[in-house]
Amino acid sequence: MSNILSYIWLVPLLPLIGFLINGLGRNFLSKAMVSIVGCGVLLASFVVSVYFFMSVKEGNHDVVKLFDFITAGKLSIPFEFQVDALSSLFLLIITGVGFLIHLYSTAYMHEESNAHYARYFAYLNLFVFSMLLLVLGGNYVIMFIGWEGVGLCSYLLIGYWFKNTDYNNAARKAFIMNRIGDLGFLLAVFWIIQQFGSVSFGEVFANAEGKSTAILTGITLLLFVGATGKSAQIPLYTWLPDAMAGPTPVSALIHAATMVTAGIYMIARSNVMYTLAPVSQTVVAVVGLATAIFAATIAIKQNDIKKVLAYSTVSQLGYMFLGLGVGAYTGAVFHVMTHAFFKALLFLGAGSVIHAMHHEQDIRNMGGLKKKLPITHLTFLLGCIAIAGIPPFSGFFSKDEILAAAYEASPVYWILGVAGAMMTAFYMFRLYATTFLGNFRGTEEQEHHLHESPWAMTVPLIVLAILAVVGGFVGIPKVFAENAHSLENFLSPIFADSEKLIKERTPLSHSTEYGLMGISVGLALFAILYAVNRFSKKPEMEDASGFGKVLANKWYVDEIYDAIIGKPLKAISKFFNNVIEKSGIDGFVNGIGEGVQYASRQLRLLQSGQVGSYILLMVLGMIILMVVQFFIK
Amino acid sequence: MNITEILFWFLSALAIASALMVVLSKNPVHSVLWLIMVFFAISGHYILLNAQFLFIVNLIVYAGAIMVLFLFVIMLMNLNTDTEPQKNKWLKVAGVVAGGCLMLVFVAALKSSGTQQVQMGEGNIGLIENLGKALFNEYVLPFEISSVLFLSAMVGAVVIGKKGD
Amino acid sequence: MPIYNYIYVALTLFCIGVAGVLTRRNAIIIFMCIELMLNAVNLLLVAFSKMHYATAVANAPGTTVGTDAQLFVFFIMVVAAAEVSVGLAIIVMMYRNTHSIDINFLNRLKH
Repeated sequence: MSNILSYIWLVPLLPLIGFLINGLGRNFLSKAMVSIVGCGVLLASFVVSVYFFMSVKEGNHDVVKLFDFITAGKLSIPFEFQVDALSSLFLLIITGVGFLIHLYSTAYMHEESNAHYARYFAYLNLFVFSMLLLVLGGNYVIMFIGWEGVGLCSYLLIGYWFKNTDYNNAARKAFIMNRIGDLGFLLAVFWIIQQFGSVSFGEVFANAEGKSTAILTGITLLLFVGATGKSAQIPLYTWLPDAMAGPTPVSALIHAATMVTAGIYMIARSNVMYTLAPVSQTVVAVVGLATAIFAATIAIKQNDIKKVLAYSTVSQLGYMFLGLGVGAYTGAVFHVMTHAFFKALLFLGAGSVIHAMHHEQDIRNMGGLKKKLPITHLTFLLGCIAIAGIPPFSGFFSKDEILAAAYEASPVYWILGVAGAMMTAFYMFRLYATTFLGNFRGTEEQEHHLHESPWAMTVPLIVLAILAVVGGFVGIPKVFAENAHSLENFLSPIFADSEKLIKERTPLSHSTEYGLMGISVGLALFAILYAVNRFSKKPEMEDASGFGKVLANKWYVDEIYDAIIGKPLKAISKFFNNVIEKSGIDGFVNGIGEGVQYASRQLRLLQSGQVGSYILLMVLGMIILMVVQFFIK
Repeated sequence: MNITEILFWFLSALAIASALMVVLSKNPVHSVLWLIMVFFAISGHYILLNAQFLFIVNLIVYAGAIMVLFLFVIMLMNLNTDTEPQKNKWLKVAGVVAGGCLMLVFVAALKSSGTQQVQMGEGNIGLIENLGKALFNEYVLPFEISSVLFLSAMVGAVVIGKKGD
Repeated sequence: MPIYNYIYVALTLFCIGVAGVLTRRNAIIIFMCIELMLNAVNLLLVAFSKMHYATAVANAPGTTVGTDAQLFVFFIMVVAAAEVSVGLAIIVMMYRNTHSIDINFLNRLKH
């Protein structure tokens, strides 16, 4: 039975094949063929993943070594896949949600020309391949390959409409921000090689306990720098809202459901090292919490439907890091899963709205879409409820697990977390109410063209909505029923080492936990009702003023970054260009050239063409030769 | 100082003085005549060295044929007056200095060349019999090749000297 | 007669020839200076031949050591004669083209 896992390479191979077919055949494949290939490989990959997931569920796990990737001296890095509970769960999320989004894309992108349509699907398939490589990689190097691959695809897809300069800038911003994080990751990998002599997860984690806390703290902090880049945390989060320049399904797949959770996956995978480095854990928790609150405040004042969702994603990712930081690894992974469902749903819903509104993204020009887009409206509403954390929707269970763990770590975490959750509920329903309730505020032409999206778009919405509603039931907390948290049981082998190391905590009493749940749900409900009441009839049409303006301008973070990093960098570049380059280097190079020219002009005079002078020089040469021959030995 | 030494110094002085006159004469015809003088002096040296064959060849080929050719060309071009305008003075000085330097270097290089004696006035290797044997035994190939050289030089001179091509 | 007397005489003649080549601009006189140098070399060759003969004949009477050098002189004369015939032809042609035999007019090498 175990050897069946050695076919795990099928899962990433299928999207790679899809990428090759679509990428190479983009000029002669019809759209139907591209769609079939693009979605087909994902569906096949999903089916295979389900099979492996079932196999893992029965207790199988294995490290599948395919071939030697790098061998240098004592260091040997094999190309290996790790098949266990964590990676198989991510496989399901990536291929499952990925397939739905591919399906959705066939309708969303049908206006594109054939070649661009195929290019889009090629990129998407390549992305899925890279992401699978990332989660399947059995060591940090393979993970890094996937890590870079998804970064590349993210760049390509954000800049998919490459004729628009803003979109290209957004793509570049995302890539550069990611590079900063990647540097941290890379340094961490080097450090791991230096310390452990290996990068395989098994060996590294087995030996982690013997290393000093300082080294582990350094490594884990560097890894976390990588995670902040990829998963859009303070201070490297600013690329994610700009990444909304890409097509909406891309935002759903890459910038909500999968790629941005790579950092969470990586930390969850390295949980042993983090547990051994409490300082890093605290940093992760604080940064996560700060990001959660910070992004939530910004989301309150955004008017672009995708920007709201983008900041919401940043905020939710912050919650996941909070969970990782307080040691609730299962909770964080659980939230990754539920978040993948409802955030993909919300993005796809937003895409459906944008599609119906002919690429209008400003919610102030929407309103009253409830009747025109019934399926979109219903599924979007379910997604909003899920993210707001209303029981028994999925968001409630996962967020509550994280918050409960945060309370155990420190009540301050909990208070801030709940405040963030309340803001989440508020801005999500502000978005919902402004978009779907009230009267339509767009142009008549837009109103005339309003239509429900085709089945290829609504079916994924419905499936995701169902998942968003029921997805939480895999992780029912202990207060409701003993041993009902099937996800925790499933993932327990992964986090077993960490659990052993975590000091015995007194579990929260049931009454406390009920109380905490009650408070957070109550506050969320209050925020929802307030938001719906306030925005359904009279949406915010005017530009924000006062403090709201600060929020609408995202706390001026982009401007601050520009001032403290961009401007000095430009000034230095200018200095180097004008002074060092122009007068220093150019002067040196040109000086050599001019010197040679001058010398040649002078030496040229020797070539007088006069036979007499040539003979004279010849005689002088003979004299020199004789002198050398006879007197210089 | 015996007669041989007197003759050696006399011929040497004559050769050097005539050579200087070759260079210094304004008139090319005078140069030619001084050069013939040099050749006579050198031929005298050959006699002193008992190289009778070279003596006679030198006189016939050099002083006779070649110098007559020079004279003939000079007369043909009517160059018997000095036609060199003195333009580049420093080039002349440089030439003399360079020649002097060369002399200096040679003398410095060869001053320790030994004091071996040269056989004067006796010996028979310079006789035409000995030279002829060597020439037609060991040097027969270069000798024949030199005849081809002469032929080609003759053809070359005719081709070059032919008017208008 | 020691050999260095001949060396100095031949060197003096040779260097006078070099100085003549360098100072004079009349092509024919330059040519004659070249002949002068050739003759200086010839004289030295003959002197060397008799020097070697003098040492060899003491050991083995009837030797012909030294004929080589004299034959070299002979061949030098052959080459010189050929050279003069071609060289004078060139000078004649040069005179025909430029109406001068001043080598300073032969500065086409510059271009």
